[in-house]
Parts: sequence; C-alpha cells; structure tokens
Amino acid sequence: MRRLMSGNAALGEAAVLSGCTHYFGYPITPQNELTEYMAKRMPEVGGVFIQSESEIAAINMVLGAAAAGARAMTSSSGPGISLKQEGISYLAADELPAVIVNMVRGGPGMGNISAAQSDYFQATRGGGHGDYKNVVLAPGSVQELTTVMPLAFDLADRYRNPVIVLGDGMLGQMMEPVDFDGLVRPPDCEKDYILTGAQDRPARKIHSLIFDTKLQEEHNWKLFRKFQLMEQREVRYETYLTDDAEMIVVAYGIGARIAKGAIRRLRQGGLKIGLLRPITLWPFPTKALQEMVKTVGDFFVFEMSAGQMIEDVKLALEGKGRVHFYGRPGGVIPMPIELARIISRHYLQAQARADRKSR
Amino acid sequence: MTLTGRIRIDIERCKGCALCIESCPKECIFLSEELNLKGYYVASFDPSSQCTGCGNCALMCPDVAIAVERT
Amino acid sequence: MSTMYDRPRLLKEAHFHYCPGCGHGIINRLLMEVVDEMGLQGSAICVAPAGCGMLLYNYFEIDVIESAHGRGAAVATGIKRVRPENLVLSYQGDGDLAAIGTAEGLHAANRGENITVIFVNNGVYGMTGGQMAPTTLLDQVTTTTPRGRDSVTAGHPIRVCEVFATLDGSAYLERVAVNKPAAVKKAKKAIGKAFQCQLDGRGFSLVEILSPCPVNWKMAPLDACRYIDEVIAKRFPLGVIKDTSC
Repeated sequence: MRRLMSGNAALGEAAVLSGCTHYFGYPITPQNELTEYMAKRMPEVGGVFIQSESEIAAINMVLGAAAAGARAMTSSSGPGISLKQEGISYLAADELPAVIVNMVRGGPGMGNISAAQSDYFQATRGGGHGDYKNVVLAPGSVQELTTVMPLAFDLADRYRNPVIVLGDGMLGQMMEPVDFDGLVRPPDCEKDYILTGAQDRPARKIHSLIFDTKLQEEHNWKLFRKFQLMEQREVRYETYLTDDAEMIVVAYGIGARIAKGAIRRLRQGGLKIGLLRPITLWPFPTKALQEMVKTVGDFFVFEMSAGQMIEDVKLALEGKGRVHFYGRPGGVIPMPIELARIISRHYLQAQARADRKSR
Repeated sequence: MTLTGRIRIDIERCKGCALCIESCPKECIFLSEELNLKGYYVASFDPSSQCTGCGNCALMCPDVAIAVERT
Repeated sequence: MSTMYDRPRLLKEAHFHYCPGCGHGIINRLLMEVVDEMGLQGSAICVAPAGCGMLLYNYFEIDVIESAHGRGAAVATGIKRVRPENLVLSYQGDGDLAAIGTAEGLHAANRGENITVIFVNNGVYGMTGGQMAPTTLLDQVTTTTPRGRDSVTAGHPIRVCEVFATLDGSAYLERVAVNKPAAVKKAKKAIGKAFQCQLDGRGFSLVEILSPCPVNWKMAPLDACRYIDEVIAKRFPLGVIKDTSC
C-alpha cells in the first residue's frame, strides 16, 4: 500500500520495521522529523526512545544498547556526526553493530540547513580516530530508504560494525509515495558477545584498550580482514543508460536524481551519456569503474560539495580515462538544466578532442 | 572465652602500604625487611601477638592480600 | 579455625595494578563482595571508565564494558534500557563524572535512570599523572595547579552529590570514604543500599567515595588516609545526601 511520506518519517518507519528497538537522538535540522517520528512511534511498538542530552550521549547510548544485544540507531547531521566520531571509533573497535543516519547539511562549521554532500570524506574515511571503516549506504529516493534501512541493520549485525546511512536535507524532507510491503525484516543473528549478565557462563568483557602493541596490531588486522570481506561481497550500485554511453556521470543520492534529470535532457539532444550511481559509498564500486574505463574514456563526477567522491573515482580509475568535475557546495541544489549545460560542454569538448586525435 | 585469630598475608600481592598495620587494634602486624618480587617491603604477621581475628586488616587491604581466621 | 575473611569469589586472580594504598583496590573488593552477597553475579553489568579504574574487566567476574571517557552514564543508560532487569553500574572517577561526563551523569540522574554510579573521588586525575580534577581542593597543588588551585582561574571544587540532589530523578545519594575500617564498613553498606534502590526501581543512585591517591597527593598511604579525615571530608561532608525512601 503506497502512502505519501517525508524521507525522514519513512526512514523512521523503515527502521522500526527492520527491527530497531532503541533510538537515541538529539534535535538538529534537517533530521528533526526523524527524531520526532521515533518519539511517537517507538512507544507504539514497545521500543525505547530517548532524547539524549547531546549527540555524544546518543552515540554512547547506542553503544551500550548494542553491547546489551539490541538493534539500536541514532541520527544527526554534520556537526552532530562530528561529535559522534569518538563513539563510532569505539563501536568499530568493540565490533558492535549500530546504524547511524546522517542527513547531510551545508557545512563546514554551523553551515546551513540545506542539502549537501559534503560529509563524504567523514563517512567513508572512518571519520574518527584509528584504522577502521564504516559501511556507508547512500539512498537516492524515499522508496530506497525502505531497502537501505533493513540492509543497514543486517550488515551491522552480520559484520558487527557501524553502518552509516548518508542521506541529505532534501531526501529527508521531500515527500514521495512509499510502499513498505516489500520490506523484509532482517533475521536475528546469534550474538555470543553481548552482555546479558554472567548467569551460568563465564563473564564477558567488551573493550578496545589493548596495551600490548602486537595484540593491538593483530586486532587491527582482524578488522582489516573484515573490511576486505565487505569489499568483496557488499558493493552495490545502479547503472543508468551506460550500455552505449561515451561519457559516464558518477553521482549518488540526491546528486544522482539531479544527474538523471540532466542525462534525460541530454539524451534527447542525442548525447550518449550514462550514470553510475554508487549505493554503497564504502565499499566503493571500484571494480565497476575499472570495467567501464575499458570502453569509456570520460567520467563526469557531480557532487553537491567541493569535490570528495571524485578522489575515490580517480583512485579507482588508476590514471586511466579522464575525470571531469562539477560541484556545488554550501547547500546549493542545482537544477538539472544547469548540470546538463555543464556536462554537455565537457562532452562536446571530449568529442572534439577525440575527433582531433582520430584525424 | 577469649577470641584468638590468625591472618595469612599473600606477600606477592602486598605493596607495603601499611594500612593494615595502622588499622590493627592489637599491633599484630609489622613492616618487615623482606622484599617481594614487586620490590616492596611486605607486611608480616606476628604469630605471638594477641590477634582476635577482627578483620580490620583485611577490610583495609587495598590488594586483598590478607585472609583472616578465628577460633 | 573458621575463616573470618577471604578473597571474594567474584574477584579474579589477577594482581591489582593500583598504587600502594590506593582506594580503588578497596572499592573494587567491596563491589564484588556486595554483588556476591546479593546474588547478583548473573545479573550485574559494569561500565568501566577511562582512568585508573579502566581495567575492571581484568578483576571483576561479571560482564564489563569499557566506555569512552566520561560517557559511562550514557552507556549504562543504553544497557539498562535494553535489559531493565539487570543490575547496571557505572564506575567513574573525578574527570569521568565531574568534568567530561557531567552532562551524561547529570541527565541520567535527571531522567531517573535506574542505574548506580560508583563515583571515586580522589581529588586528582590519577592515571594521567596527577592533574587538577573538578574535585581538587582550593590551594591544593597538582601538576596543573603548581601554585595551588586558585578559584579565579580554576573554579571551585564541585560537590557532585549535592548537585545531583537537586534533580528529581535522583533517588539515593550518599558520600562515604574508604580511609579507615569503620568508614569502609559504611561504604559497603551504602553500596548495598544503592543497589537495592536500583532493584526497587526507585531511580538514580550514586555512591561518592572519598578515596586516597597517595602517589599523586605525594603522601604516604597512611598520611593520605588521615588527610581525608582532616581536610577533604570538611569540604565533602560524609553521609546520606538524599534518600527518597525516607
């Protein structure tokens, strides 16, 4: 049954249907509707909602709840996610599952409350101290939130790692038809590490302090092997009109929605342009790009930032092909027509270059 | 009937802090000249003393080094 | 011969890493005695702090989780909200509760979270080498107050129990000490009452324990114990600060 919902509310409902039983959060625009939705919804389903005293408190409540065995989540935006970094590092080190939602806003600093994509580095490079990674999922529509949320809780549980859902202010506030009928609650997995009280079993401990440097090193390599496994198994992306494309736009989330609009316009003009839309920003669809560059020479990265994902695109291409870029930071949301004009200019220049070469 | 007591000090746990010595109402414990593996001068029990097994020493010992018995 | 006193069953065999005469050792022992006597080994979950108390999981035969510095009350909140039938305690020092963790501690108390905070007040930051703590006394010399704590630059010592007493969610707050046998007995009773407060679901409980830190106070252990009686307890009065059952 389809109903009209805002992204923030749909996200909350999807979390509840995915088995989230504990939500801890602190108000920050543009995700307040999610916190408010959970305040209303959690008691209805027998879950727990606490408005914490800060984002720091919230991430630590998530840590405690995860250690006790619950599917727990928190949500925030840029400045609050910055506050949570220590807690996220601890979650990864302790190998505890958690889902952290970031509805990205303009930054840095106080920024503004408009949509942006400027927290890509923060999310995909760990964000906190130490050697670790977060799984980063980037939904592109309100409906996709209903697939991304159960996936987030499932990956968190199975890999015992924090998972970041990277939305943005527009995705959170826009209203679209959404259908929860297809949402499958991820199955519970056995958790032999959780703290439940040492009844009839030896006492358990959860800690990340490891004084012995060689043991700490081994712990780091253990986490590293886990991340390698995720890189092999959990990459997700969408391709749009890439079969005959001569230039491929790389964009995610709301940026990909705008890019699709631009590409449809350009296709009407006969330009052969396609889109690669990463759904997992970490692990990044490196192999997909390496496949594409065998036949396509031009990649156009579009981000609502000054340029962050472009680094991962360049790393993936390993110097092959040409990488073009257009970025609008600070919460500016460009129209598809604007992006189309920029892309077409780069496309035509690339065509001209190819013509000169072939003569 | 007078109470008689006896204590056993785990000298490898003892850090010579002397809290037990101070807390003993009968002056049964003294700081010895014996060094343990950690390098502390350890507390020692005088078996000829008038220990009543009150347990003050064990109450105070921060290293749980003392066991107390009583007849 | 009958045994009057022996090693608590719930303390692991590991030797304590604490300094000679440190109060942590006494407090660790008391906690495991009370947990055992109240039959709570299968229920208790402890949150360990950053600080000298951070290695509790090496000593306690109960489930323990390490928290980031200051966040113990928030972690304990998360655990207790998932497992309300378990006994959840957060073991915290001066910096952990009264500096970096003030918001988390205060708000857990304000929400009346049914957790017990064991607050070890030794007037300094021990693990990091003896810097000023929020509970350091005026004129007290520490490594960051080399001329003695001056209220103009460093403020005044904070009486945590009294501050928390103003919050309606706090149900049982007592300040005790572990500097002499009679005090240690009272401290153990207070811990038992705090646990009972939690089991009865009455709200937030906290036991503040004045504890000697001989090395960072630059005193012999016995002098440190006397210092608590003669100086510290005058600023931090012992006794029940709040008890909603009365």
